[in-house]
Amino acid sequence: MASETRDAVPGHFARAQDALSRFWDSDVMHSFKRSPIVIIAFVVTMIFFIAAFFASFIAPHNTFDVATLDLSNASLPPAWSEGGSRNFVFGTDDQGRDVLSSIMFGMRVSLTVGFASVAFAVTVGVMLGLVAGYVGGAVDSIIMRVADVQLSFPPILIALLIDGLTRSLLPRGVHDELALVVLVIAIGLANWVQFARTVRGQVMVEKNKEYVQAARVIGLPAPLIAIRHVLPNVLGPVLVIATINLALAIITEATLSFLGVGLPPTEPSLGTLIRIGNNFLFSGEWWMTIFPGVALVLLVLSVNLLGDWLRDALNPKLR
Amino acid sequence: MIAFVVRRLLQSLVVMLAVAFIAFSLFNFVGDPILNMMGQDATQAQRDAMRELLGLNDSFVRQFVRFVGNVLRGDFGVSYRLGLPVANLIVERLPATLELSFCAAVLALSIGVPLGVYTGLHRHGAMSRFFLVISLIGVSLPTFLIGILLILFFAVVLGWLPSFGRGEVVRIGWWSTGFLTRDGWRALILPSVTLCLFQLTLIMRLVRAEMMEVLRTDYIKFARARGLTNRAVNFGHALKNTLIPVITITGLQIGAIVAFAIVTETVFQWPGMGFLFIQAIQVVDIPIMSTYLVLIAFIFVVINLVVDLLYYAVDPRLRIGRGAGH
Repeated sequence: MASETRDAVPGHFARAQDALSRFWDSDVMHSFKRSPIVIIAFVVTMIFFIAAFFASFIAPHNTFDVATLDLSNASLPPAWSEGGSRNFVFGTDDQGRDVLSSIMFGMRVSLTVGFASVAFAVTVGVMLGLVAGYVGGAVDSIIMRVADVQLSFPPILIALLIDGLTRSLLPRGVHDELALVVLVIAIGLANWVQFARTVRGQVMVEKNKEYVQAARVIGLPAPLIAIRHVLPNVLGPVLVIATINLALAIITEATLSFLGVGLPPTEPSLGTLIRIGNNFLFSGEWWMTIFPGVALVLLVLSVNLLGDWLRDALNPKLR
Repeated sequence: MIAFVVRRLLQSLVVMLAVAFIAFSLFNFVGDPILNMMGQDATQAQRDAMRELLGLNDSFVRQFVRFVGNVLRGDFGVSYRLGLPVANLIVERLPATLELSFCAAVLALSIGVPLGVYTGLHRHGAMSRFFLVISLIGVSLPTFLIGILLILFFAVVLGWLPSFGRGEVVRIGWWSTGFLTRDGWRALILPSVTLCLFQLTLIMRLVRAEMMEVLRTDYIKFARARGLTNRAVNFGHALKNTLIPVITITGLQIGAIVAFAIVTETVFQWPGMGFLFIQAIQVVDIPIMSTYLVLIAFIFVVINLVVDLLYYAVDPRLRIGRGAGH
């Protein structure tokens, strides 16, 4: 028994190493290693992810702790300009909050909404696309008709309407508490169509292949075939669209928050920070807007670059 | 052809009815319209009288039919917040939004298409690479941030252009225009540049991709072999065949411009419909919200219809294909 486990560990290790080296030598990695821009984009994205998700530990100040705020530190310019403090690298806002720390916490909120809404859109879109493609017939036409109609409206407008609707249905306090959930659902529902269309198209190709027919012949129930056999084979393009959609979701969230219909100031995202800072633009306190703005653009640009690269790398037609 | 048009019209009608239904439900079932209109102080008898007067005791179907009738006659109810008929508010704000969107669309097309053709033809030139990098940044820059940056540079730092409002406007009948004064033009510059940038980059990338695709085809090679001039090949043959996707996307983008006008109008405090809508959402002013919903849906349905019909005009294959099918 004991010797077996001892053997198993290096065995697993070797296999993991083998898989890793195969991954390292794969076509996808090859195109990754050859493109410096993509590597930079990857590094920037990773830095942002780490800064955001460990914000509570590595941010220089805790912006949510009112006790640490000092109004004598209010509206300080960045450290390198006159009157700046080395304690606050990117300056402070009108309440004396450190802008750099605010950005890190805000990035956490932006990324949370971004990932969650893409996950929601993928779930809804893949499910409906799978059902539409596999079942076909009237179900297919209803789902795709709705998708067509929705596709002719820009996502931002749909998200805005859903947000406005829930705002009018829920009392103010409740809405502020649920703002994050509402936003995730609004943005997710605004973006499901693309996933549904892609998956449906792929499913219609897959479902006539032999392995599906074989599964049908041995009498497996349709839902099982659709989920266990067809679904794994159609997920490739979903990954690519999801990456590009992440950038879109982050922009949408920032825009809604900027318009004042997204997250409340108690739970600021990058968009909320830009909106608050925008009030001080005319008095020359540009750093409250510009730094969160630059962070947002860099994040979206990196994710976009990664998405573009992934699309090209996974597209066999371009090889 | 006629069958196609009729089918498309019917489809548009269904969409409009669906949107009207959503707007109607919003209007009637979100909150209590009587409470919203009469305030807290009204007695029960007054409320009942108002309820009867507004016909809220009628059946659901009758109320919906009446709602649609009212909308068709241009009666959209009274704003809760401002106490004015919504139709008047919209008419007052409509010119601002349309002029802004028009300027942005013209800018996006007149710069985007030539840039796309240029970068498609000179694929490896230094200028093309430069434009492409710029366009990627353009796609990644949220509209509101572009607006803020433009305000910071041209209004706050340089002080050249106004940062908010429409400037001086001239009234022609019920239409107020900023096109006739120097002030109005100056006020238009920053918002329309902000609004057009995203669409511009999109159109440019699309035209470029289509041009590259078309230039690879055999009939282009043949046209060159026939000794046609570059100009004739590039514009007469290649560009013409890229137009179908460009028309589709441009059509849909005009809709997007109207939607993104909400953002631009908020940044520049442009007194248009979008700004009105955002204010309405913040205070849950339902008549304005539902009116905007209906109006935007109408604009989109019309645009989609026109785009589909333009397909027919532009692509002879569609006509022949359908003709052979019947």
